[in-house]
Amino acid sequence: MGRITLQKVQKKFGDVEVIPPLDLEINDGEFVVFVGPSGCGKSTLLRLIAGLEDVSGGQINIDGEDATMVPPAKRKLAMVFQSYALYPHMTVRKNIAFPMRMAKMDPAEQNKRIENAAAALNLTDYLDRRPGQLSGGQRQRVAIGRAIVREPAAFLFDEPLSNLDAALRVGMRMEIGELHKKLDTTMIYVTHDQVEAMTMADKIVVLRAGHIEQVGSPLELYRTPRNTFVAGFIGSPKMNLIEGAAAAEHNAQTIGIRPEHLDVSTTAGKWEGTVGVAEHLGSDTFIHIHGIEGCDPMTVRAGGEVSVKHGDTVFLTPQAEHLHRFDAEGLRIA
Amino acid sequence: MARAVTTPRKALNTAIAWTIGILIFFPILWTVLTSFKTEAEAIANPPVFLFFDWTLENYGVVQERSNYMRFLWNSVIIAGGSTILGIIIAVPAAWSMAFVPSKRTKDILLWMLSTKMLPAVGVLYPIYLLCIELGVLDNRYALVVILMLINLPIIVWMLYTYFREIPGEILEAARMDGASLKDELLYVLTPMAVPGIASTLLLNFILAWNEAFWTLNLTSVDAAPLTAFIASYSSPEGLFFAKLSAASTMAIAPILILGWFSQKQLVRGLTFGAVK
Repeated sequence: MGRITLQKVQKKFGDVEVIPPLDLEINDGEFVVFVGPSGCGKSTLLRLIAGLEDVSGGQINIDGEDATMVPPAKRKLAMVFQSYALYPHMTVRKNIAFPMRMAKMDPAEQNKRIENAAAALNLTDYLDRRPGQLSGGQRQRVAIGRAIVREPAAFLFDEPLSNLDAALRVGMRMEIGELHKKLDTTMIYVTHDQVEAMTMADKIVVLRAGHIEQVGSPLELYRTPRNTFVAGFIGSPKMNLIEGAAAAEHNAQTIGIRPEHLDVSTTAGKWEGTVGVAEHLGSDTFIHIHGIEGCDPMTVRAGGEVSVKHGDTVFLTPQAEHLHRFDAEGLRIA
Repeated sequence: MARAVTTPRKALNTAIAWTIGILIFFPILWTVLTSFKTEAEAIANPPVFLFFDWTLENYGVVQERSNYMRFLWNSVIIAGGSTILGIIIAVPAAWSMAFVPSKRTKDILLWMLSTKMLPAVGVLYPIYLLCIELGVLDNRYALVVILMLINLPIIVWMLYTYFREIPGEILEAARMDGASLKDELLYVLTPMAVPGIASTLLLNFILAWNEAFWTLNLTSVDAAPLTAFIASYSSPEGLFFAKLSAASTMAIAPILILGWFSQKQLVRGLTFGAVK
């Protein structure tokens, strides 16, 4: 079981309120991702749940019990840190065994769990090495192994992949996803990378300055962002937000159109502009277009075969059914 | 990339380094050499460097006249005891300063260090009186406590610096893994700080071993360590240079040997955190 409920949870550092009172519900077995720009309070929120920081107000319930004042180790949660936080003086085996040793678990059971975790994480050959002799990906797997053996109610991940190189990150992302399917345990995952959030989450919590901007499934957030912040944050490349006359035409303060929802033509279209930079990715071409009123530059995602170059004049037409409208407060107009 | 250094410049640097090294080492070498001379040769003018009749006579006399082993044992107890006691107190103190700092942590550290700026003689009178009052004048264990207190700021400061190098996330991971404060200190922090703790131990052992002001003033017979042993051979007339040298050599030999074998550890400890 791993049902976590936050009620009016608040955090202040001195006089600075980093997390204003906030409510959140995380269901058992869910993969929840906290995402937001750096400094938005996502790591602090995770640390509050972990018990590594004391709340300034409100209540944290884990499986229906008030855990607000419960010390970290007694919350039945396991955490994987950004820096891996392995014990450098212990072998991989001892690292993984450490939480069980602290719990004074029967040594035979300890060994069984270590072997199982090592087999699941491809660490069997490295059990007698020290963290210093492992690669970044292997270290991260040891950190995950150390979390798994505790059989926690929920896993907490604090930007676990940001120290890995791009290729490894994609691999580990899938491994964590598979682990979630296999264990079916609640996972809370903090990242600033919206691609990680989109690919892994059952539920995404978008945070800004300690406030929850929107909670929803990846596709909900992509299709119906609640405000301009979420609209701009979720999706890559970013949604184009257009103000001025073009928006007024649709009775809105701001309109949003995703780069993949713009049709490009060299002959005719609604908006005219000149090509600044065209990024050819093979499968796609990202074209940055200047000279369009209310949004400069505007980004377009075109097919890989499109060939335009710097200085070309192009015409863009938004697909009407994919247009997002926002009011003066930046909120979505239904 | 390594900086290119020209050969003449390298040679010059080497020469300067050797000169400074020899200058520093010379008094010790001279003491050792003098300890093997007769009293007449020790004060000969011009002085003789290597070509004299080597003799062990001074060592025999010194050993006969005073019980070297008793002084040595006192030194071991006073230096060792004060260092171990200091570490036991300093580890938790440095832990709290490094990992749960408060607004006043920096001030406390500075205040602790500022006590080292006070001339020791300034507090000799009250401490002397206290020792008399408590009946612990010329008592080894009193000196253990006094030297511990005197070196404590340095121990805390050094350990604090080492602990600051240890990422807090590792201790948080231990806390998540169910480690109590005791487990955290015992199984995670201390083993990780072993190089730092070892060099702190060594440095403080050496400082306590060489400490002369308090040991000379607060001991007479029972608790006198090697510093008092050397002092007992110095006389205003300067008649016993060779014997004084023999006593000095015997007093510094143990610490010199210890320092020699641990120099790598010491240097690493003293420059810890300087380059990362």
